[in-house]
Amino acid sequence: MLLLLVSLAVFAPLISRYQPAAQNLADILRPSSANHWLGTDQLGRDLFTRLIYAARTDLRIMILAEILPFCTGIFLGMLAGYYGKWIDALVTLMTNTLIAFPFYLIVIVVAFASGAGERGIYITFALVGWIVFARVVKGLSASLRKQEWVASAKVLGLPDSRILLFHILPNVLPQAIVVLMTDMVGLLVAIVTLGYLGIGIAPPTPDWGTMISEGQTFIYSKWWLSTIPGFAVVYTGIALSLIGDGLADLWRRK
Amino acid sequence: MMSMSTILEINQLSLATTNKKQLVTDVSLAVGKGKTIGIVGESGSGKSLTLRAIIQLLPPTIIKVGGTIRCESSCAMIFQDPVSALDPLCPVVRQVAEVVSYRQHLSRKTSRTKALELLALLGLPEDLKRNDRYPHQLSGGQRQRVLIAIALACRPGILLCDEPTTALDVTVQKQILELLAKLQRELNFALVFVTHNLAIASALCTKLYVMKEGRIVEQGRTQDILANPQHAYTKMLIDSVLHLPDLKGVIAGE
Amino acid sequence: MKMHMLNKRRIFRKGILSNRAAGHTAATVSISILSALLKAMATVACIIVAVFFIIRIVPGDPVKMILGEHASPSEIIQMRHSLGLDLPLGQQFVRFLHHLFMYGDTGTSIIYNVSTRTLIAERTPVTLLLIVMAIAITIVVAVLLAMIAATHKDGLVDHLIRIFPTITLGMPVFWVGLLLILVFGVWLHWFPVGGTSGGLFGTLYSLTLPAITVAFSQIPSLVRSLRAQLLDVLGSDFVVTLKAAGIPNRVILFRHVLRNASIPTLMLLGVNVSYLIGGTLVIEQVFGLKGIGSLLFSAISSRDFPVIQGIALYCAVAVVLINLFIEILSGYLDPRLKGDD
Repeated sequence: MLLLLVSLAVFAPLISRYQPAAQNLADILRPSSANHWLGTDQLGRDLFTRLIYAARTDLRIMILAEILPFCTGIFLGMLAGYYGKWIDALVTLMTNTLIAFPFYLIVIVVAFASGAGERGIYITFALVGWIVFARVVKGLSASLRKQEWVASAKVLGLPDSRILLFHILPNVLPQAIVVLMTDMVGLLVAIVTLGYLGIGIAPPTPDWGTMISEGQTFIYSKWWLSTIPGFAVVYTGIALSLIGDGLADLWRRK
Repeated sequence: MMSMSTILEINQLSLATTNKKQLVTDVSLAVGKGKTIGIVGESGSGKSLTLRAIIQLLPPTIIKVGGTIRCESSCAMIFQDPVSALDPLCPVVRQVAEVVSYRQHLSRKTSRTKALELLALLGLPEDLKRNDRYPHQLSGGQRQRVLIAIALACRPGILLCDEPTTALDVTVQKQILELLAKLQRELNFALVFVTHNLAIASALCTKLYVMKEGRIVEQGRTQDILANPQHAYTKMLIDSVLHLPDLKGVIAGE
Repeated sequence: MKMHMLNKRRIFRKGILSNRAAGHTAATVSISILSALLKAMATVACIIVAVFFIIRIVPGDPVKMILGEHASPSEIIQMRHSLGLDLPLGQQFVRFLHHLFMYGDTGTSIIYNVSTRTLIAERTPVTLLLIVMAIAITIVVAVLLAMIAATHKDGLVDHLIRIFPTITLGMPVFWVGLLLILVFGVWLHWFPVGGTSGGLFGTLYSLTLPAITVAFSQIPSLVRSLRAQLLDVLGSDFVVTLKAAGIPNRVILFRHVLRNASIPTLMLLGVNVSYLIGGTLVIEQVFGLKGIGSLLFSAISSRDFPVIQGIALYCAVAVVLINLFIEILSGYLDPRLKGDD
């Protein structure tokens, strides 16, 4: 499922005959036809073309924005879980504070404060995205620390850094990747929401969120303009969570 | 052979899982009014399932595939694990009172008085009345007494006991067994006692059924079986009981 | 081994029992509430710090944002001064705190020139009503669906409920709102598509669709959790005890099982409240409601940062308070959580 989406996104220029930003004011707000599979929008741009170009933008940002929080989250989570005590207390306080802010509120505020557009999205998620991973990894590594083989590794005189890197990390990574899959869905939805609210990716770069918000004006007559990009988001969400479920099953069986 | 009226009669009972795995085969037994029988056997021999079948509470995956159960009086049951057999969020007095009100069709207030009477009969401390105690605040023996109170609230003609002492301390075991014997003399109910402990069964029961792998392999009067076991498995059970002579002294004393 | 553990536990419990007998129950309860209260206060303190710094750590100068890129240097200096941004950071923070505790707000709105407290208070009723309605819908629907799923395991509803979260996870809440507008507002004409009409009934009526939208985003995860909890409790021994004692199934389900299963789900609801409030802010925008969400967006487009700070603070503190409430409530629902163990 995801493969189809990714290949559509990667090969977008080959698949579509149109440019995503190419306007054709003679052909505006047309319904589906042989020339325009999904019709055209208010500026005569081909909806299907914009849809797959938007997949390019949104998927790229989704993956890039997830890298930093994924790493910091695992790092802080492992430290907090392994050492406990004040590091744990500090990380817990930080997560409690950040979690108290409604997710969209903090995303909107930080994205606004750091300037709209891609950069804002990256900064936002670097700031708030790590919590999810930190929490999961913290719990896991805290329970690993109590296990005997960690104690025996310590007795053998292995340095903490080695234990963390070669013993704890491989054990927490699978779970973190499963979480990553669902978290990416949330992130994608957030990107799209920011786009919809006009503080995410700025037009004319195609993005599902801005497409929906532009289409909302025409909801009375051309309902497909705003609904179809949403289905694209849902499709991606299903694909990612199925992969997450699949991976979780795979590792559970091992 | 039996002169008094039979109160419970099971004929050729067979139980199996929904995917056709035979668990209990051709079990027949009979209990006279006010009498005590014991069903002895190792775990997984189908004793507990037979009890569940009597009270019509088989797990959804297990069905009756043959035989009849004729039961001429109301049944009540006591369970093995008094820790999990009480609703943790409900004060114990209220749990007993609830059963009283449903089984004896009484108002809330009278039910509560009745429930307190029952608990007093079972030797539970007075302070249960003053502040509502929750199950987790009671000891194992106290909880088992509460369970017996719940069973008695049903005014049973037959009391089914599913290993009621297995999860208890040895000293508490003895108290509970003596309590059951005393209540039986006072209230004249029949007792079906399931256990894997031959010593307990022979201390309490006049008639024994030995079960192995879902079948009754030997039955008869307790003294006969103990004195002259026929089946190899029964012999093994008897050999595995260490303090049998002492316990026989206890019966004689009663 | 098991026996041994049980014995140990019993000895432990007996210790508690004798303590209780001496009348310490009230004391343990208030201690656990006190510790929850302290934790909440620490979080609120961190929230205040975070709200203060949020504008300052992220790159980008608020003054330049307010005045635009082409403002003259003298304008910028003047603006800085009037906002107090030319002071050292520590002094700014003291002023911020002073204002917060004296007047309960985060300064005066740059655009409207009234205190943020007044602005937020004006917009609160709509948002609060929306949130309360959304939570009510969420709880009713979630309990109903989870009950059906758990009592008819592997039935149609159960299967649907198990695949539902996978589908809804990727649904942006504003898009769900749009779909509902399209179906119930535009096609079926059952509900107004935006704004609020007069009167209490009118307001409730126009808030129904937004509330359903917000609830929709919460229901799947709650149903999934509640279903799992219900199945867990249904399989427990005490249900068999009650059945064996002849209590009707309906009574067992509502009086015992639901109560036992609801506690972990209540905790999840506490975690989700934060998402729920965030979703509400976004949904107001979709339905054109004049609540805190629309205030936030107008503040954002006019770079009115005291208002933004005020809203952030207000919402975060609300989340902490709701969680505190839930923690205390579950302490009352579950006697085992009261202090011991």
